[in-house]
Amino acid sequence: MTAPSPVHRRPMLEINRLEKRFGETRVLTSIDLSVAPGELVFVIGPSGSGKSTMLRCCNRLEEPSSGTILLDGEHVTDCRGAALDRMRLKIGMVFQGFHLYPHKSVLGNVMLAQIRALKRPKAEAKARAMEMLEHVGLAHKADAMPAELSGGQQQRVATARALALDPKVMLFDEPTSALDPELVGSVLKVMRRLRDEGMTMLVVSHEMGFAREAADRVVFMDGGVVVEAGPPEAIFGNPQSDRLKSFLARVSKDEE
Amino acid sequence: MGDFLDLFLNFEIMAKSWPLLAKGLGITAKLCAAVIGLGLAGGLMLALGALSPRRWLKWPAIAFIDLFRAIPPLVLLVFVFSGLPFAGLDLTPFLAVVIAFFLNNSAYYAEVFRAGIQSVPKGQAEAARATGLSQPQAMLHVILPQAVRNVLPDLLSNTVEVVKLTSLASVVSLAELLYSANMARSVTYNSSPLVLAALIYLAILWPLVRLISRYQRGLAAH
Amino acid sequence: MKFLETFFNGAVMAKYLPDLLGAIVTTLWLSAVILALGLSLGLVLACLRCLGRWYLTLPIVAFADIGRALPPLVVILICYFGLPGLGISLSGPAVLILVLAGVLAAFAEEIFWAGLTAVPKGQWEAGRATGLSFARTLFEIALPQAVRLGIPPLVNRALAITKMTALGSVIGVKEILSVSSSAQSFSGSATPLTMAALAYLAIFLPAVILSRALERRFSWAV
Ligand SMILES: Nc1ncnc2c1ncn2[C@@H]1O[C@H](COP(=O)(O)OP(=O)(O)OP(=O)(O)O)[C@@H](O)[C@H]1O
Ligand SMILES: [Mg+2]
Repeated sequence: MTAPSPVHRRPMLEINRLEKRFGETRVLTSIDLSVAPGELVFVIGPSGSGKSTMLRCCNRLEEPSSGTILLDGEHVTDCRGAALDRMRLKIGMVFQGFHLYPHKSVLGNVMLAQIRALKRPKAEAKARAMEMLEHVGLAHKADAMPAELSGGQQQRVATARALALDPKVMLFDEPTSALDPELVGSVLKVMRRLRDEGMTMLVVSHEMGFAREAADRVVFMDGGVVVEAGPPEAIFGNPQSDRLKSFLARVSKDEE
Repeated sequence: MGDFLDLFLNFEIMAKSWPLLAKGLGITAKLCAAVIGLGLAGGLMLALGALSPRRWLKWPAIAFIDLFRAIPPLVLLVFVFSGLPFAGLDLTPFLAVVIAFFLNNSAYYAEVFRAGIQSVPKGQAEAARATGLSQPQAMLHVILPQAVRNVLPDLLSNTVEVVKLTSLASVVSLAELLYSANMARSVTYNSSPLVLAALIYLAILWPLVRLISRYQRGLAAH
Repeated sequence: MKFLETFFNGAVMAKYLPDLLGAIVTTLWLSAVILALGLSLGLVLACLRCLGRWYLTLPIVAFADIGRALPPLVVILICYFGLPGLGISLSGPAVLILVLAGVLAAFAEEIFWAGLTAVPKGQWEAGRATGLSFARTLFEIALPQAVRLGIPPLVNRALAITKMTALGSVIGVKEILSVSSSAQSFSGSATPLTMAALAYLAIFLPAVILSRALERRFSWAV
């Protein structure tokens, strides 16, 4: 079931009939999903429904069992070796646990892949890193070590690290779930700004309020399939399937 | 007491044997440099092999590590020094020692590196790969620096063992520190040169041993 | 074929097998005695150190440091060649046991102690608060946790030190290496050395593999 995207251009990210099995267990079943350029797509669903696995398949941290993934018309699923490394440069990813490199400063974190993978000259990499840190409001922490930062700050550095590589799409896996409530706002602010600048984003998150306000489309996953997809008003205001209804009921109860 | 001082702490004999021991110390130093350098390099390669997903790399590396951890280094040394000549390979004592201890040390260093690499959370490698770094780049710039830091005490303590190990070279008549001291002992019929050698080893290794204890206590504390 | 003839000569093997079997038994009982003495002494020292009296701690720390810093062969030579000058004549096996058990005790003390300091203070307080004496708290609460923490490094260290029984060959102990070395020079064949290597593998390879399994089993605790 593919929802028509609101913008009729070639999709920036296109997932076709994606399947993923771990040994015998099937975690994703025939996922179809496309994200138009500049679109912000939200993925929601209960724990264990395969949201992270789907995101990780998009940059092949997880190897799809079958199906294809295209980025801006190029096959991600066919890439091998160095070609895959180059493809990953175009796909920014922010992890739930951030995974900043503890042995490198904030600036070092943001510069490493620019220098080693993108082969940018050091001065240019530094300038770009500072620009991105400015963007997420952390230029003053450039020389700090990750351990000295709050969770929200670490998350924003992780975002800057991905953005500095000029990706065509950004994947976020529960960007706020490890954060204290008062730190969530600063992170959402960065994402909102990215959206306004036209970044294509695929976000797994439980921030329903943010989804309602900022998402172009919301995708509901359960049991490894896309159960329902559509604009936020439809998904939240007029859910069709029972599974989505009960999920929304559970979530809204949790939020009270 | 007089006997004891005369036999074990005879400064006159120590002074006389010092030039010989100093020469031996020089050879010990050369040996350490060769054996530690080779052991670290070989150990790193073996550890990467043992952690590789490729079976044809993984199992031979693990077999190599276990094999050379099971054979006493002295047995390996005697085998290389007096066994290989039967196969037409005549080695100088120095070369025999370097080969034997390379096999032994790289197995031990490999275990340390392996533990270190495994101690780095999987998310670190994933984050590196997700930003387009290649596997070797992720290993070099992200995993290894953290791995080495996590097992620094073990690397250090293994290196202390390697330095102590070089004393076994005396068995194949390599004129390193212990051999020279034992030589001086048999000439003077007095154990003071051996005691002097022991003091030299202590002077070099005691600070390191202290450092290791500190370090391990620090790690245990948190 | 010349290779097989040199390193796996059937006739030579058959001839020296009985001697070698005797030597294996020697190596085994030496190892057992060294392990028992070394580990129990190490444990006792770590417990004494817990008392926190400087006149106990100071000598214990000095002993553990020196035992870890000195190459065992140096100490073996000093004891074997030096002590008779003081009227103390020890047999080769006695010297070997004394020195290696001492070295193991030094390492074991340090490992047990590191384990004890890693046991959270709250565990001690809980023990004392429920009316247990100092000794009871130590033996029933702190020590079991410390031992558990120390098992992987302890197994590795015990292995390394039992392998050092091969050093006995230097002072005439009839263990595997010395018996096979002399068989090698009598027979003019490298085969006895191969037999020695195989004998050590038969003894220590299972231990090495076991230590791997133990490490995996206990890794969650550390
Ligand atoms: N490496 C793996 N091996 C085996 N099973 C796995 C593996 N990774 C994930 N799974 C399984 O796949 C299913 C989907 O996991 P996934 O992490 O994608 O869920 P999720 O929707 O992100 O959940 P959450 O909201 O808790 O993060 C789960 O049942 C999980 O147990
Ligand atoms: Mg998840």
